[in-house]
Amino acid sequence: MGAKTLIIDGQTVSAENHVTILQAATDNGITIPTLCHLDGVYDVGACRLCLVEVKGSTKLFSACTTRVYEGMEVTTQSERLKKYRRMTIELLFAERNHVCAVCVANGHCELQALATSLGMDHVRYDYCFPKWGMDLTHPFLGMDDNRCILCTRCVRACWHIEGAGTKNVAGRGSKSHIISDLNEPWGDSETCTSCAKCLLSCPTGALFHKGDTVGESERDRSKLGYIVNAREKQQWIV
Amino acid sequence: MQLDDLQTIAEKHQASRKKFCLRTCMSAGCMSSQADVIKKNLESEVKTQGLEADVEVRRVGCMGFCGQGPLVGVDGHAQDGELFEHVKPEDAPAVVRSLTGGECALERGDPHHPFFAKQLRIVRANGGIIDPERIEDYIAAGGYVALHNALTELTPAQVIEQITRSGLRGRGGAGFPTGLKWSTVAKSPGAKKYIVCNGDEGDPGAFMDRSILESDPHLVLEGMAIAAHAVGADQGFLYVRAEYPLAISRLNLAIKQAKALGLLGGAIFESPFTFNIDIRIGAGAFVCGEETALMASVEGKRGTPRPRPPFPAESGLWGCPTLINNVETFANIAPILNRGADWYASLGTEKSKGTKVFALTGKIQNNGLIEVPMGIPLRQIVEEMGGGAPDGGSIKAVQTGGPSGGCIPAQHLDTPVDYESLVKLGSIMGSGGMVVMDDKTNMVEIAKFYMEFCMDESCGKCIPCRTGTVQMFRLLEKITARQATAADLAKLEELCDMVRATSLCGLGQTAPNPVLSTLRFFRHEYEELLQSDAHAAPPPATPA
Repeated sequence: MGAKTLIIDGQTVSAENHVTILQAATDNGITIPTLCHLDGVYDVGACRLCLVEVKGSTKLFSACTTRVYEGMEVTTQSERLKKYRRMTIELLFAERNHVCAVCVANGHCELQALATSLGMDHVRYDYCFPKWGMDLTHPFLGMDDNRCILCTRCVRACWHIEGAGTKNVAGRGSKSHIISDLNEPWGDSETCTSCAKCLLSCPTGALFHKGDTVGESERDRSKLGYIVNAREKQQWIV
Repeated sequence: MQLDDLQTIAEKHQASRKKFCLRTCMSAGCMSSQADVIKKNLESEVKTQGLEADVEVRRVGCMGFCGQGPLVGVDGHAQDGELFEHVKPEDAPAVVRSLTGGECALERGDPHHPFFAKQLRIVRANGGIIDPERIEDYIAAGGYVALHNALTELTPAQVIEQITRSGLRGRGGAGFPTGLKWSTVAKSPGAKKYIVCNGDEGDPGAFMDRSILESDPHLVLEGMAIAAHAVGADQGFLYVRAEYPLAISRLNLAIKQAKALGLLGGAIFESPFTFNIDIRIGAGAFVCGEETALMASVEGKRGTPRPRPPFPAESGLWGCPTLINNVETFANIAPILNRGADWYASLGTEKSKGTKVFALTGKIQNNGLIEVPMGIPLRQIVEEMGGGAPDGGSIKAVQTGGPSGGCIPAQHLDTPVDYESLVKLGSIMGSGGMVVMDDKTNMVEIAKFYMEFCMDESCGKCIPCRTGTVQMFRLLEKITARQATAADLAKLEELCDMVRATSLCGLGQTAPNPVLSTLRFFRHEYEELLQSDAHAAPPPATPA
């Protein structure tokens, strides 16, 4: 059988065989909030925003990594899920130093947009105010750990689209952070091709063009999709 | 190598036995108290007293009574099985003199103490008896016969049938039926399959697996080889944490010895069966005990978990079907095949068969390692075997399952130790850590300790675990500092629910357990620390 029929939020939809719940929902115009998902790179199921309920199980499933099956019944918008999502965003805002008013991504930030759409209007947890620095050693790109949410989209884009393998994660838990090569200054990196795909993938203002000022960092993520399409399906835009 | 050859080795080894044997514990615990010097002194003292023909000084693994170490056991004496406790290097002459009837004022343990008498030793049967660095000792104790029989007399399906019928469940903590896991891997399509042994024991206070690896490494290797035959694998990985250097060196030696005798490697027992085992050393991350993180680490990647499904049985190491079991699970395999599935199934309770090894620590008189039949009441373990709380105190709670488990209060001490009963009380069997708390222990501090552990050990991949544990720890700090209000406690409970429901792997999903279980049984201890909430809404007016 080439396709599956399932129910998402009460709506009967069809989906191609082997697609994920997220793909099936997107194809049918149903929005599931995501942060670590990015079209073009593989999914890791890390942000837990796309968690959905599947009838017959008490567990929650990440829509980006769970495959559809025939007769599956998915709920993407229960009160419980909405509450968890709001809490997740709150936790992210409390974790590092997210100050929209002075951020290059203000107005183009996925974290900010999610906070708005999920109705997170204040943070109930203590802000951690960690002391993170910036890496401004690259000639025209910059990295600000204070704004990083560790979605690892830049890491995956760097390894699997560009194939450079410059970006990586070091440390663990709340001390995790994105590094270049073996934790060297980005500017000294011999593997970085300066392709800026990391910048295109970043959902917040953590990666930015040097010289961009507040609200100027607009990203065209579809570019990444074109590259992957070109590689996998041999479709070139002329 | 054939069965006859095994017997020849065993007989030759038996014939070389001397009249007396001084078994010196050389596991990490006793080693830290100079057991190596004690052994050396005993050897030179035997020479000095001219008893070389009659006395063997043997290096052995853990005898279990770790709180009384260093330990030296005596065989062949009028009182066979005599145990010297708290032995010091300068005690060697007295110990050796005692063999020939000399005066000896050293501290002696009681071999009939409930700590020993209530044990049922299956996986630890050889612990403290055989020399873990000599394969001949293991063979003389009946080692590798089960592997021989599995290869020559049983089909893979028959081996799996035996394991299934025995009722063995995973000893890593969750208690998944071992036979079912094996048959899933056996049925998964794929030419290449792997066996992984999880020796990344990391729960605070737990040292069961370390002791098994240090005391009887061949038992684990044999279990892995039988599993490989059963599921059709030809390569195994033994993942051991770097904090266990003695276990690693003994395993390396054991693998070398087994290969030299044709018990590992190619053409095992002159059959077409090939199985190699390589050791992979963990780099100190607790999360690598989680199976998907462990496999990422074996593959040479950053040790972070990934969502399941696909389960390792279907897609594990390098995408191949992989069987992953805990050290203690593998250690149960050879005894089950040797003595039969029905024998094993007759031990324990209806749903939890066999025995379980526990590391009994904390506020208790007798610390150490015990192996008890499933279903034994917790009270027997802590009060009879453990001797209760020290200094006349009373036991308040018993923590099982490490940071994923919970605290069982004293009023539930009559609970039988089996998978289901512990879950009902909000704890888990876990890998075998059992930390006893007395009446002076503050339960909120305990919850804070475990939360700090989870916060430090979170890999940072998923948001709820990475940031949720930080916030929960901060709230617990606030509570213990008497700065929190009822609203903070509510926030803590809300976070517990959220982190449990949304985290990616078992570490995060179970991180709130120590808080939840102490809240369930010791809520008043939290509430006593709260400040009155000035901003809280007034209680609803009672209707007239």
